[in-house]
Amino acid sequence: MIMNNTTLTAPAVGNSLARDAWRRLRQNGAATVSLVLLAVISLVCFVGPWLTPWALDEVDWNAFLAPPSIESGHYAGTDSNGRDLLTRVFYGGQISLSVALVATLVSLVIGVLYGAIAGYFGGRVDNLMMRFVDIMYSLPFMFMVILLMVVFGRNILLIYAAIGAVEWLDMSRIVRGQVLALKRREFVEAAHALGVSSFKIVTRHLIPNAIGPVIIYVTLTVPKVILLESFLSFLGLGVQEPLTSWGVLISEGKDMMETAPWMLIVPSAFLAITLLCLNFLGDGLRDALDPKTR
Amino acid sequence: MLSYTLKRILQAIPTLWVVITLSFFLMHLAPGGPFDGERQLPPEIEANLMASYGLDKPVWEQYFTYMGNLLQGDLGPSFKYKDFSVTELVAQGFPVSLELGLWAISLALLIGIPLGVIAALKRNSSVDYMVMGTALAGVAIPNFVIAPMLALVFGVFLAWLPVGGWNDGHWKNLVLPVVALSIQQIAYIARMMRASMIEVLGSHFIRTARAKGLSESEVIFRHALRPAMLPVISYLGPAIAGIITGSVVIEQIFGIPGIGRYFVQAALNRDYTLVMGTVVFYGGLIVLFNLIVDLLYSALDPQIRYDNE
Amino acid sequence: MQSSRTLAIPMALALTVGITAPLQADTLRIAIMGEPASLDPHKISGTWENDVVGDLFEGLVTEAADGTRIPGVAESWEISDDGTVYTFTLRDDAKWSDGKPVTANDFVFAFQRILTPATAADYAYLLYPIKNAADVYGGEADVSTLGVEALDTKTLQVTLERSTPYFLDQLSHYTAYPVPSHVVETYGNEWSRPINMVSNGAFQLQEWQSQTRITATRNPYFHDADNVALDEVVYFPIEERNTALNRFRAGEIHIARDFPTHQYDWLMDNLPEAVQVAPYLGIYYYAFNARDGHATADPRVREALSLAVRRDVITDQILGTGEQPAYSFVPPSVNHYSAPTASFTELSQEERLQRAHELLQEAGYGPDNPLELMLRYNTSEDHRKVAIAIAAMWKPLGVEVDLYNAEVAVHYSDIRQGDFDVARAGWIGDYNDAQNFLSLLESDVSNNYGAYSSPEFDTLMNEAANTQDMDARAELMAEAEAIALEDSATLPIYYYVSRNLVSPDLVGWESTIEDIHRSRWIRFDH
Repeated sequence: MIMNNTTLTAPAVGNSLARDAWRRLRQNGAATVSLVLLAVISLVCFVGPWLTPWALDEVDWNAFLAPPSIESGHYAGTDSNGRDLLTRVFYGGQISLSVALVATLVSLVIGVLYGAIAGYFGGRVDNLMMRFVDIMYSLPFMFMVILLMVVFGRNILLIYAAIGAVEWLDMSRIVRGQVLALKRREFVEAAHALGVSSFKIVTRHLIPNAIGPVIIYVTLTVPKVILLESFLSFLGLGVQEPLTSWGVLISEGKDMMETAPWMLIVPSAFLAITLLCLNFLGDGLRDALDPKTR
Repeated sequence: MLSYTLKRILQAIPTLWVVITLSFFLMHLAPGGPFDGERQLPPEIEANLMASYGLDKPVWEQYFTYMGNLLQGDLGPSFKYKDFSVTELVAQGFPVSLELGLWAISLALLIGIPLGVIAALKRNSSVDYMVMGTALAGVAIPNFVIAPMLALVFGVFLAWLPVGGWNDGHWKNLVLPVVALSIQQIAYIARMMRASMIEVLGSHFIRTARAKGLSESEVIFRHALRPAMLPVISYLGPAIAGIITGSVVIEQIFGIPGIGRYFVQAALNRDYTLVMGTVVFYGGLIVLFNLIVDLLYSALDPQIRYDNE
Repeated sequence: MQSSRTLAIPMALALTVGITAPLQADTLRIAIMGEPASLDPHKISGTWENDVVGDLFEGLVTEAADGTRIPGVAESWEISDDGTVYTFTLRDDAKWSDGKPVTANDFVFAFQRILTPATAADYAYLLYPIKNAADVYGGEADVSTLGVEALDTKTLQVTLERSTPYFLDQLSHYTAYPVPSHVVETYGNEWSRPINMVSNGAFQLQEWQSQTRITATRNPYFHDADNVALDEVVYFPIEERNTALNRFRAGEIHIARDFPTHQYDWLMDNLPEAVQVAPYLGIYYYAFNARDGHATADPRVREALSLAVRRDVITDQILGTGEQPAYSFVPPSVNHYSAPTASFTELSQEERLQRAHELLQEAGYGPDNPLELMLRYNTSEDHRKVAIAIAAMWKPLGVEVDLYNAEVAVHYSDIRQGDFDVARAGWIGDYNDAQNFLSLLESDVSNNYGAYSSPEFDTLMNEAANTQDMDARAELMAEAEAIALEDSATLPIYYYVSRNLVSPDLVGWESTIEDIHRSRWIRFDH
């Protein structure tokens, strides 16, 4: 029982915990570099459009599918409609990053809470909650989105909602699995014995101890969300022209990989770097937040 | 355990019923119908078509007819593929998707799990970064980019493998789609494995095992691996159901006759019976695999029990 | 040593077999652009289905390699003076692939079957020129009243509602193919399955693996079988144009029935001898919503929008596959018709823009009251590119365009309800006649998306329908089209082209206006 005391008492300290985690995160080289890079990419996406000489939907009638060039001002070339690719990649980044952020947060909050509650209470509650998850998995996603669109109109928020509404399912099953395993551990039973409320056990003990897989799954959800958005957009259920997103730009570029490779390479590079950074940051965060290393 | 399993199987019936009912009405509420396309049919033609598929009746009546047929195992004729029934389409396509999916998932597990374990053991070393960096390529590059690239490089330029086609499942036709399908899964599995392995290696029972003087390989294989599999297994339940029902991207790019395309095309064509067929089938698989996962939980971690709850 | 001896025997066997077996069979592999809905000629409506079914069956009239109509099952025919009664004499050697003769009864059976309401054939309306066909299909008349009659086993008489100059051409269409009555009566709806199907064309169906391939072999009973060079044709349904292209490049297929537009330049550089681009019987246009309450109900607005669209930029820069800019609704390649063109074609680009500005101002739009439009298009790479370009072309006029993309079912269901200002549409001719295009602009026609309505137009079209003289008829239709163009009823953008990739090893493949190519004319250049 002595060993368990550390895990029992540690999470109770609120503020210093965050400061502690932040300190540990900064000590992690890969995570720090990733964090800085992510900040730079986000900044560039939101500020960049003012720096390029072209507007989002401005057609350069003299440059259809023009390769990258400094003189023309198309630093990353143009697309098949003569629009400046770099400008579009920046705007696309705004959409993709915000879709990723919101949808992932939605899936994180719903998924973690739902999964933890189901796992903790177990039995009939768990059974009922998980059957609901089964049902959600099985419903035809495309019709759900089409109907959401009919009801709420064409709205970028809707895409976030639709994507978040699907992505939390995996998360809830992962968290539930972890919690099912954790709740039989000594430290949870000890907390029980000490009369700690269920709510506190879930939020203070179970969720922090399941944080590892959760963070990793979050970093894996981001690429999924970004690509799902491009699929919806392709069907006319996502962002509408002239707005765009990285996923949309990449899927436009994939057909042109031999004739206009910049159309594939530029948005892919932005997406790949972002995802890479996110993953290293995720690893760093996981380490920093791990209650056992405290 | 047996009674739990039986209970869950019985529960599948109401679960699927809810899925079918909800899907049926969702589908009919969506705008557009099976005969909305490039050319509008003259009204009398459309009326005859609607009548021949029973679509002229009220939706609730269609629902009861559908449920009645379903209980007799009849999924109805496809609206779009008129020479085949939905059952035939699924029966023809599923073995293909299943074969492809099983290869892909096996490959992903065979590569992903060791990669994750190695990365966890060599945590924060150059080996770790290299392994994870490579695995990440799978999530960072979408499969609709990887697949045509593979086709172009290995099919067109090098001409080692066929660009597409199924060819009754000849191994040469399997290679590219299996690789394209598994790359993403490898990344997922490796990353989740690494994280949970680190988690488990830091827990006190592993420390206890080490303190007892067990060898490193014994610690890893006998004590750490099983609990570390939990999150991967949680993920795998729905993932396997998804993978063995095919991927529309992979099928279209490699020209593979699986059922993945039906999930998207049937919805786009408003091929109502085919949509319902895929829903029933996929719903059944989801229920099945989530049950298997829950049973595996207790096999992997004996502390997890369902019986007495 | 024992093992090598056992090996030797099969090898010797294989060698002798190899010598006596015929030379490598000629197999043509074609990528068709979709999975057929059916192989029953009465249940299909897609061009990719026509590729297969047209090789399996032959109508009274059929297509030559260059697309002109030649006698098929009918050896000869007579047309009554008023143009309403056609009497066909069937050839003696017309046989089904099971050796049974093709009779006039098979045709009567087929026409009656496709027009029976219960068959629910989506393309049945093509046969409406036949007497009582519309009534039969609508359930108002018995099939026996249909104007089709077998005078004897080899003589077929078809009576029309009224003289229809394009009727003979239509008889080569799959809706007019015969079906084997003896087989359909035995197997019902299952008759078109590979094990049951019997056909009368150059090829017979062997196997159909859904979403994989369809295999047909030479039909020995075909009347012209001696001149069919191919032993086997395999059709691969491939929807992804890029996949078809890659498989063509890898040599896995000989003909791809389409290729991605954006690969045209690359193809011209790398595989110029394989690229076949030809005018196609179709128009790509935008429908203007002429219903009350839409800005586009005002002809001045429609004209201004039409003036500002630079078709040449779209055809050359955006598409660049040899499409021709469209200034009329009926494609120039249509038989026996010369389409009028919009009057503004003489103006220079500046003059057009100038005029467009004036028109919009007259209509009450300007900087203080900008014109806002909802432009709808259905999901497709090319539709998207065209819509973006057109929105950009309208921008200098001060028009604010809201681009609205939807999947095909939603797109058409919404625009039919009039929920748009400008909407992308297209029409591929069912048959080679101006009437097939112009009828889309008649009042209260289901495909008239914008609900354009002009009494003069309707009167002229009606008059044309009742005119037997081909020249006078063409003139009336041209007059009608001129009215529609004057009203800017629609915004014609470009005339379609057909795109094919054809292996240089093949001989006998010719470009045709309807993009129909029957495999019986194709052979390998050995």
